[in-house]
Amino acid sequence: MSVEEHRQHVIPTSIYVGIWAILMVLTATTVFASFIELGDWNIVLALTIATIKATLVVLFFMHLYYSSKLTKVTMIAAIFFLFLLLALSMTDYLTRGWLTNPGH
Amino acid sequence: MATSDVEIAEHALQHHFADMDQQKESSTFGMWLFLVTEIMFFGGLFCAYLVYRSTYYQAFVAGSQTMNIWLGATNTAVLICSSLSMALGVRCAQTNRTKMMVVLLLITIVFGFAFLGIKAVEYHEHWTNHQFPGPNFQFEGADAAGVNAQNIQIYFSLYWAMTGLHALHMIIGIGLVTWIVIAGWRGAYGPDYYSPVENVGLYWHFVDLVWIYLFPLLYLISKKHGG
Repeated sequence: MSVEEHRQHVIPTSIYVGIWAILMVLTATTVFASFIELGDWNIVLALTIATIKATLVVLFFMHLYYSSKLTKVTMIAAIFFLFLLLALSMTDYLTRGWLTNPGH
Repeated sequence: MATSDVEIAEHALQHHFADMDQQKESSTFGMWLFLVTEIMFFGGLFCAYLVYRSTYYQAFVAGSQTMNIWLGATNTAVLICSSLSMALGVRCAQTNRTKMMVVLLLITIVFGFAFLGIKAVEYHEHWTNHQFPGPNFQFEGADAAGVNAQNIQIYFSLYWAMTGLHALHMIIGIGLVTWIVIAGWRGAYGPDYYSPVENVGLYWHFVDLVWIYLFPLLYLISKKHGG
């Protein structure tokens, strides 16, 4: 096997700079949006923008887009289990007021 | 295949790996697995934040509105810039430009210290305003807002814990990048062997990623929730 073969994907500098520019614009957008009264949509918008930024960082800065299937599946599993644990915890805390216990 | 390439490959290849590809893949995959444990580590704090924010919503709004959005936004921008210089540094290692890699990683370290400096200014402000959980905790206007100051203290406990743990990761990250700079300057890395550069890069981007969520959760989402 030649040395050339095991050289990893070299991503063009323009992609890194492009992703950086998008991240900066999204940061400005989310700060701007926080000053506008949107009710419940403030949190939805802020977390959506954060997730888009996080996805760009993971896919391009962290090269997940160019990584092996094993690495991709591992990351998806990690996010799945994080949400599973958060969701199961919240099923407890958010439903505590639903049932009443007569006499208490 | 040139003779020098064989020498580099044989020197860098550890005996328990079949080839450089497998060695690199194993190393990077190990780093990803570590980052999965880090996601779960920070996940516990995010879960605590979710639980208490849903329970003491008004107290979290009151606490969150004392944050300086501009310092937080500046720090977000600083971290994104540091991630760019880190990513370009890894690229230089891939393309055998060691000097440029060292320069870019030094820039990354400077951004890292800038982040910690701005964070220190914020911490100092909170500290002098008695916004540190404990016996000296005070929150002016809590009664006027109809909020129990004790519950605002929970917001600040989580604020200090989450940003503190993040800052600790930044300090460790700066240490790791410094190590890469020194080893890189001595010529340890090149296109055939740069796994340590890549893995420290992954760590740095992960720390950036945590802040991408901390910033909206702690600074932004309660800005317009007065009622």
